[in-house]
Amino acid sequence: MKKITNRSRVVSAVFIKDLRIEARSRVVTNQVLPFAGLIMIMFAFALDNDDVLQRVAGGLIWLATIFSLFVIVQRSFAIETDDSALDSLRVAGIDLSAVFLGKAFALTLQLIALDVVLIASAFLLYQVQVSAVGIVLLVTCVTCATTGLGFVGTLYGGLTAGANGRETLLPLLLLPVVAPVLIAATRATEAAFGSGGAATSEGWAWVGLLTIFAAVFGIGGSLAFGPLIDE
Amino acid sequence: MTSEKVVDFNDVVIVYDNFPAIAGATFYVNAGEIILLQGPNGAGKTTLLRACAGLLPISRGAANVLGCDLRSDRSAVRSRVGLLGHANGLFQDLTVLENMLFWSRLVGANKLDIEQAMDAMGLSGRLSGITVAKLSAGQRRRCALASLIVRRAQLWLLDEPHAGLDAQGRDELDATLRAARDAGATVIFASHEIERAQALATRSLLVTTGTVKTI
Repeated sequence: MKKITNRSRVVSAVFIKDLRIEARSRVVTNQVLPFAGLIMIMFAFALDNDDVLQRVAGGLIWLATIFSLFVIVQRSFAIETDDSALDSLRVAGIDLSAVFLGKAFALTLQLIALDVVLIASAFLLYQVQVSAVGIVLLVTCVTCATTGLGFVGTLYGGLTAGANGRETLLPLLLLPVVAPVLIAATRATEAAFGSGGAATSEGWAWVGLLTIFAAVFGIGGSLAFGPLIDE
Repeated sequence: MTSEKVVDFNDVVIVYDNFPAIAGATFYVNAGEIILLQGPNGAGKTTLLRACAGLLPISRGAANVLGCDLRSDRSAVRSRVGLLGHANGLFQDLTVLENMLFWSRLVGANKLDIEQAMDAMGLSGRLSGITVAKLSAGQRRRCALASLIVRRAQLWLLDEPHAGLDAQGRDELDATLRAARDAGATVIFASHEIERAQALATRSLLVTTGTVKTI
């Protein structure tokens, strides 16, 4: 029981710390959000066709999310490695699986905030529409997909944190791993938008895949993060 | 001062990257001592500090730190020692107080512990609200040492603690380490500034080619 209490204390401390640093530095709001917004606008100009944009809106939202994920993950671990803070946690014998969960939850929350803005911009720029049932599917899809991305991003961020050339290494390693999220979240979002005549009910199977992905990387990440950082 | 042994190494060998970084070290440290590790670069001072922190596996010999056998369970000692290298392990975008709050949440320390640690390091008042990135090197070092107090580290392991500090910062650090010793901590530190370090230490150990001698 004491171990669970200690773990939840570490999870909440790391979660609060990461969000506090973001609130102070405003990297997500001042840099990542404009970057993701620009991706959406550039695609709107590049494709320049309302029908096509409505059809591919789901994919564009999740592509922008994944590109932004790289920036947020790099930032999330830069604050840990700038003054060897992650090393201090390791040396102090802090439960690193709890550190993993705290960082992953903070990352997930930032991704959710990002996706809210991206989806709003899709309504604005691409004129997509969503039904009441579609909203439920969309919210579930965003929650599951961002949770999975939060876990996998934190795991790979930790893996590359001390490596040379981590700026290029992270996307190289992470992109193939997040491909299932990109595909499943895109299909579920298209179903929520009804893009190309897709029925909303078709999206739930993809949400199931997203849930499995999040569970696998949540459990696997919390088991592997400590030994990875320790080595 | 008690004579309880905080560190007790007996013929310890540490092999690091297939190289015996420590080749038969035998020494002890009593509670309340301030021990200076001196020796040339590459002699094994940092390895010894990291071994005391439970970060390196002991290949041979008997090693006991704070009652923990490092050969059977290295991780048990980690929560009771504080290791500071050249970096301070602080979050640059957080204030001094927020850094202390973070560590206190991790280890379950209370507000009084934070106040005492910050008072001891002269970080109360105006400094507590300043982000670490805006502090001087000496103030950052004090902040890192305050986090060791909040963590209730019983054994402080410091690698070149004077490096990067100006004269005033060095004086402050020496006073801090003496205060920590008076408060019950044991300190082992490595330094190349022999005169200053010898004035601070209660005893010196010479580390040469992986062995340790009392001087």
